[in-house]
Amino acid sequence: MQIYLPIAEVSVNIFLLLGLGGIVGVLSGMFGVGGGFLMTPLLFFIGIPPAVAVATEANQIVASSFSGVLAHLKRKTVDLRMGTVLLIGGLMGSGLGILLFNYLKALGQVELLVQLSYVVFLGLIGSLMFVESLNAIRRSARTGRAVPTRRRHNWVHNLPFKMKFRVSGLYISVIPPVMVGVLVGILAAIMGVGGGFIMVPAMIYLLGMPTKVVVGTSLFQIIFVTAFTTMLHAITNQTVDVVLAVLLLVGGVIGAQIGTRIGVRMKAEQLRILLAIMVLAVCAKLAFDLLVMPAELYTLGAAEGLA
Amino acid sequence: MIRLFALLLLVALPAKAEEIVLGLSRDEVAITATFEGSDILVFGAIRREAPIPTDSKLGVIVTIAGPEQPVMVRRKDRRLGIWVNTEGVEVDAAPTFYAVASSGPMKEVLRDVEDLRYGITIPRIIRSVGALVDDSAAFTQALIRIRAGEQLYQVLEGGVTLDQDTLFRTAITLPANLTEGDYVAHIFLTRDGTVIDDYITTIPVQKVGLERWLYNLAQDNALLYGLMSLAIAIAAGWGASAAFSLLRP
Repeated sequence: MQIYLPIAEVSVNIFLLLGLGGIVGVLSGMFGVGGGFLMTPLLFFIGIPPAVAVATEANQIVASSFSGVLAHLKRKTVDLRMGTVLLIGGLMGSGLGILLFNYLKALGQVELLVQLSYVVFLGLIGSLMFVESLNAIRRSARTGRAVPTRRRHNWVHNLPFKMKFRVSGLYISVIPPVMVGVLVGILAAIMGVGGGFIMVPAMIYLLGMPTKVVVGTSLFQIIFVTAFTTMLHAITNQTVDVVLAVLLLVGGVIGAQIGTRIGVRMKAEQLRILLAIMVLAVCAKLAFDLLVMPAELYTLGAAEGLA
Repeated sequence: MIRLFALLLLVALPAKAEEIVLGLSRDEVAITATFEGSDILVFGAIRREAPIPTDSKLGVIVTIAGPEQPVMVRRKDRRLGIWVNTEGVEVDAAPTFYAVASSGPMKEVLRDVEDLRYGITIPRIIRSVGALVDDSAAFTQALIRIRAGEQLYQVLEGGVTLDQDTLFRTAITLPANLTEGDYVAHIFLTRDGTVIDDYITTIPVQKVGLERWLYNLAQDNALLYGLMSLAIAIAAGWGASAAFSLLRP
């Protein structure tokens, strides 16, 4: 059954969208990631215009992270104070990201920017995660016990404007969280992702936050950043397709339910290495498209002043 | 004297020996949520007072053109090992949809001079001036090639069936990815490649119902539309969470 998307102005199979939402939902339930980094490229592949895919995906992430944060609030694993600081940076980054997005759209380079960001960040995070989980598997095979974690003191702890974050048990400067927020905000606007896959490692390794509050706090600030991004895209570009978002959501919610059940039966290292392989596969596909001569060298776009 | 003049005028008036009488299977196209494209049947007859002339060959050409828009055509080139958009040409006006169907090979039913005058074949309808690139023709060709690949530009030589030099019909398929606007159906009657009559009618193509409402809201009231999208997302997220906790107490 086909459905015509009013903003994307293309007709797509309704079951394909539900299925995509479902598959990405399963993965996000299994790995605890938003899944935006998978969904947005998948939307490109099925022919949704990139600008619409990016804006709509931001809207969908609002829904999935809101659902997630409610669960975390119940378990009291959200550092609202840290979340707010990250958010301030996130909103600034989001605004910057939209400016950059629209500037490059006028130059005709937005496609390249989106693809390059994906290749660079997916490649980076994917390989880091792969190496890290491979080591973890090797360690647990050898010793069979968890490695004790050390609280590190690095340059992050020598900056001014210190603030107390009780839930995270931290007393650090607000500069690094704001910077992390800005970076993730820019990415959210350009890549149509929540940025969880960058935010989570940054919070653990850069800010030294305890793992149990990381996911909830990351989700908390992602809601606001992606909501802000959605609004900016809706107002400046009119590219949010609500019909597309709803279809992806329905599939995503059901998928996440199944994914969570699969996830609890698997070992953490196995999950992480699978996620890493998946991230690297998406990265390789996108890199391949950039490096190999395309079948069609020409592309059509809206003329300037019309956009 | 006046009578004679009137008589002369009457004789002179039916200058067209053959005229088009047209019918359309539908006079508008509605884009609904389940829109999958649409077939338009264009049919008609040739009205004539005199017997069918046999000394020349009759031809019928049917064109359907979507609204015109400027288009930016960009070309990729290899820079630092990756393929990026480099040069671009702005085509001043190109129809978002164009189908041309004819009763025979285009060369036989239409002379080049007439094509130039009426603008019938695809290369003739795309206007591109003042391009700053050497090979701007390559960009226009690329535009035609890409749109043809998406079924937005169609050439249907022999697509018009002509019965006994009097009745004609053709079916033109509009794909699902249509741009809204007034589509112009233009029918040409030719004799030995020279246009002897033509007929124009418009077919409005519009989104209707929910599609129309959402599109208008997104364009005219972007703030409200954005807030609505967010409200739906929040409600869906809350609903999902509530359903989860019901399933797993």
